[in-house]
This record gives sequence, structure tokens and C-alpha cells, in this order.
Amino acid sequence: MAQRKKRELQEINASSMADIAFLLLVFFLVTTTFDSDYGIQRKLPEKRKDQPEVEKETKRRNAFVILVNREDRILVNGEEGDIRKLKDDVIEFILNPQNKDNLSEKKTIKSKYFGDVQVSKGVVVLQNDRGTSYKRYIEVQNVLAKAFNEMRNNLARQYFNTSYDELKYLAERADKDAMDKVDAIEEIMPLSISEAQPKNVGK
Amino acid sequence: MIRTKKKKSTPQISTASLPDIVFMLLFFFMVATKMKEITLKVEVKKPSASAATKIFDKSTLRSIYIGKPTADLVALYGNQPRLQINDKIAEISDLDAAVNDWRNEINEAERLKMTISLKVDENTKMGIVTDVKERLRDLVALKISYAALKTSDTGEY
Repeated sequence: MAQRKKRELQEINASSMADIAFLLLVFFLVTTTFDSDYGIQRKLPEKRKDQPEVEKETKRRNAFVILVNREDRILVNGEEGDIRKLKDDVIEFILNPQNKDNLSEKKTIKSKYFGDVQVSKGVVVLQNDRGTSYKRYIEVQNVLAKAFNEMRNNLARQYFNTSYDELKYLAERADKDAMDKVDAIEEIMPLSISEAQPKNVGK
Repeated sequence: MIRTKKKKSTPQISTASLPDIVFMLLFFFMVATKMKEITLKVEVKKPSASAATKIFDKSTLRSIYIGKPTADLVALYGNQPRLQINDKIAEISDLDAAVNDWRNEINEAERLKMTISLKVDENTKMGIVTDVKERLRDLVALKISYAALKTSDTGEY
């Protein structure tokens, strides 16, 4: 008897399966966050007792001092600066194309790839107050990163006919040739940013 | 004219494979979804930066969070920015132990590559960030990353 009933049993309607799956799909779509880690990567200066701080041994003309005060205003070499002009100012300071005597000095080094090249002795000194907002600090760091990226990109285009970003991308994927080239570019265009001890200006 | 003729002859598209397609997508998202491994006890709204780069090596990446305690924890921890290490609100002095633990977690060959990601709320003042940075210098954990949201270049300085 029971068997007879089974035979009459109809197939389960599966048309709602798609709806259920859609519901789950939407749930996962909404909850998924591809939180990839992006950031501005920096190396903190080493603490050594026997070595004076970078800024002390740097000549005045080789230091580009950016001070971000507690009101998030920017002072460049003691004068009120504009963040919109900052990138170009940094590039001019480091490259010093007209060899002005108030911008950074150059030294000649031997590079494996480029032979004798002139490298700037300039250091960008970034100072902040304890009351500076983090947002402003990152804005300035971002401008500095962009300035150095631009200069490195120009070098890469000049010597390797490709961009520094592209080389960096390949180097991340363990391309030996790209790694060498990245190192070579970083050697003649070092990320010379000194994150000096903050000042307590007008505490 | 052509329309009416064609319409009559076209059979309905079968939707029988629809569930399969949807399931495939579903499995993709189920696998790709990473549930948050720690609960944040501080509010962190990352600042945006166009020059931010992606960190590929997650195995050597460790995070420190800095921000104001979340609304339900204000009574406990106050409303001043605090530090969160792993899943606890911590003091600057706790960094020593944490950095040590992290170093031990990472195998010896990669220990030098350890990067500490500072995930700081954009409205925090630099004071506490500086203290953390100084402590990290003392601990010789020099590779850091200021976590930021990657934005496009337009409308920036």
C-alpha cells in the first residue's frame, strides 16, 4: 500500500531552489569585504646612540623642512606653505635642475646600471606637532610619496623605457631583472624622508 | 512583420541551469568571504591616500589599531584615542610583548620582513601615533605601513 503511494509521489518542485540560492548569494555579496591591505610603507630610522640624528649632520641647504603644526597648517623651511604646491617644490628641491645654491647639493656615485650619476644629498624632514591630526599627516606623507614616485617613474622611463610602478609590480612577483632595476633606481633616487621627532610648538 | 513571425517560433529559454549558475557564484563568495578575525574595540576610519600601495605578503603583516573606543566601550575606556593590539585595548608598554610574540609567530627566515600596519583613525592626533612609532624604534621593528584607503588621483593635491 505504502509502495503504491510512493509511485504516485510527484517530483519535488525545485523551482524555488534558485530563489534560495539567490538569497544566500545576496547575503554573501553584502557581507564580503575584500579588505585588501593598502598603505603608505615607510621605514622608521634606526635608533643608534653613536650616530647623530640625520637632520643634525645635514647641511642647511640639504634639508627641506616641512612642519605641520597643531592647526594642520604647513610651514616649509619656516614659511607658510601650500600643500598644493608641495609636490612640485619637493621635486625641484631634490632634482635642483638649475643647480641653485639654496636647493640640495649633489654627489656623484657609481651605479651598476647607469655609470656615474649625480645623486641629490637632499633630505625631506617631516616634522609634526603632537596635536597634528593624523589625516593631515597622511596627506603630507601622500604628497611626498607621490613626489618620489614621480621622480622614480621619470628615471625608469628615461633609462628602462618603462615605469617604476611597472617594475615594482614585476619585482613583487619575484622577477629578478625587475628587482635589480628597482634597486638601481632606488639607489640613485632614495626615499630620503626623515620623520623627525615631533615638536611641541606652542603647547 | 518579421518580428511576429519569429516570436511565435522561438521557444522559451530554459532556466533550468539558473540554479547551477547561482550556486557557483554562491560558492565563490562563500570561499572568498573572510570573516573578521578580530573585533574592533576602537573606531578606525582610515584616511585616504592615492599613493598607497598594496601589501602582498600578509603572513608577515601585523596590525595595531588606534582610535577612540567604540560607543559601548566609552564607559570602560573613556573617549580618548586608545591602542588596540590583537583583540585587547592596550597600553604603549604592551607593545614590547606583542612585538615579541609576533616575531615568534613568524618563521626565522622571514622575521626581518615583519611589517607593522598602523591602522589609525583619521581624526586621531599625532601624539599617540608618535609614541607608538618611538616605541617601535626602540624595539627595532622598523618596517611600518600607514594603512590608508586607496583613492584615485583626481581632486587631490
